[in-house]
Amino acid sequence: MKHEIIIAGFGGQGVLSMGKILAYSGLMENKEVTWMPAYGPEQRGGTANVTVIISDERISSPILSKYDCAIILNQPSLAKFEDKVKPGGILIYDGYGIINPPTRKDIKVYRIDAMDEANERNMAKTFNMIVLGGLLKLMPVVSTESVVKALRKTLPERHHHLIPMNEEAIRIGMEIIKEA
Amino acid sequence: MAEEVVLMKGNEAIAHAAIRIGVDGYFGYPITPQSEVLETLAEQKPWETTGMVVLQAESEVAAINMVYGGAGTGKMVMTSSSSPGVSLKQEGISYIAGAELPCLIVNVMRGGPGLGTIQPSQADYFQTTKGGGHGDYRLIALAPASVQEMADFVKLGFELAFKYRNPAMILADGVIGQMMEKVVLPEPRPRRTDEEIIEQCPWASTGCKGRKPNVITSLELDPAVMEQRNLHLQNKYAEIEANERRYEEIECEDAEYLIVAFGSCARIAQKAMEHAREEGIKVGLFRPITLWPFPTPEIAQRAKQVKGILVVELNSGQMIEDVKLAVECNVPVHHFGRLGGIVPDPDEVVDALKEKLIK
Repeated sequence: MKHEIIIAGFGGQGVLSMGKILAYSGLMENKEVTWMPAYGPEQRGGTANVTVIISDERISSPILSKYDCAIILNQPSLAKFEDKVKPGGILIYDGYGIINPPTRKDIKVYRIDAMDEANERNMAKTFNMIVLGGLLKLMPVVSTESVVKALRKTLPERHHHLIPMNEEAIRIGMEIIKEA
Repeated sequence: MAEEVVLMKGNEAIAHAAIRIGVDGYFGYPITPQSEVLETLAEQKPWETTGMVVLQAESEVAAINMVYGGAGTGKMVMTSSSSPGVSLKQEGISYIAGAELPCLIVNVMRGGPGLGTIQPSQADYFQTTKGGGHGDYRLIALAPASVQEMADFVKLGFELAFKYRNPAMILADGVIGQMMEKVVLPEPRPRRTDEEIIEQCPWASTGCKGRKPNVITSLELDPAVMEQRNLHLQNKYAEIEANERRYEEIECEDAEYLIVAFGSCARIAQKAMEHAREEGIKVGLFRPITLWPFPTPEIAQRAKQVKGILVVELNSGQMIEDVKLAVECNVPVHHFGRLGGIVPDPDEVVDALKEKLIK
């Protein structure tokens, strides 16, 4: 199996770190992984995106023309990547700030109001993990257990007390994602 | 013990590999997209474990001259930078080549010319393989296409540099430096002792008590002697060309068309090859791993079976000149490149293949 995923949004939303956790989770399952950020001078407020590939076999290009799944967290990213989802593929978007929703009919479109949910529950810092939960509900790319293992491995020990909150965020994401 | 697989950026892999293989000194100056090399070394604090010196110099020029000094004592020393910074190092590199000293230089290329952009590029191919600095010298140039090769080529680069007493360069780009992949780091080994260095590097400046002094210099004012020194260098370069060509061929056996690409472009081209083969186009990929010495005979051999060659680079056409020299006009050779920090996606390469070769 191979999953080719793009995550795109504003810098500061946790786009790159969400991709990193996904890639680490793939590593925990002995999969082949690549994590390729669009690196640039932009930080908070600019656009950010990362391509994550998780595969059973050796990965050729870390840079792709088309994706199995696009996770879109702002309007400019939707404009950039809606066309690049493979026919039959999945597009997940957060409704917050999206004025013009996706229009393609040959892909499966899902909405996850993770930003609203995170604000309501005072969980703004785990916003990206809510989105990740939504992805894992639709595409079990990696298991939740692997994500928790990855968090243990990547977070410094002083932050390990935050892991249950992240698990909770994943669970919420799995609950609130819905067909658009 | 099972090998430990870790996930890290190409730049981080360079730093970790350097510590593990017992490098004595790193001298650098930060520049995007390779700053993680120096950052990782600073985080790891190898001076507390292996005794490796890590120093942020006042400039790239200072860093390469610290490398010159360290290399003269037989130590394993290195520097890293990105394109504009590597331009600044060229004088030092020429001196090091002239004095026949081993060292490792890493260039994680970004778009130019000038200060350019921080995005990936391969536009320093000419600078690396055709000089860069002044004089008739050559750099051993290794082009990694994965994070694993970033780690592996630190060791290989030093091995070749010491074997031939010649500077070696890892020529990577922003894609390979910034992406994260799985990597198995080299086995840790201690730094060489002073006694080992004296034994292995009889040419080095190690203190001359009881022997004639070793003079490390690139200066020779007598042209007759200087010509002999140049001829000696050329003989050495011929030996490297004969012995150290490295390349990878993927699905070339039945290929009717050939893509030649190095580094990140080889990865993108491999995906393009997969797409093209799904459409029934028989394409193979030839990836030079050493850019100098260039795998000239191997490309010439493979070219005999194909109808056309597409050279894919992140520049306006540099390695294509070496490919053309290799095939001696026996096969049409075309170029596809994006410039100034733009990285093509695999479909663009497939389109170029169809448009330029198949028509």
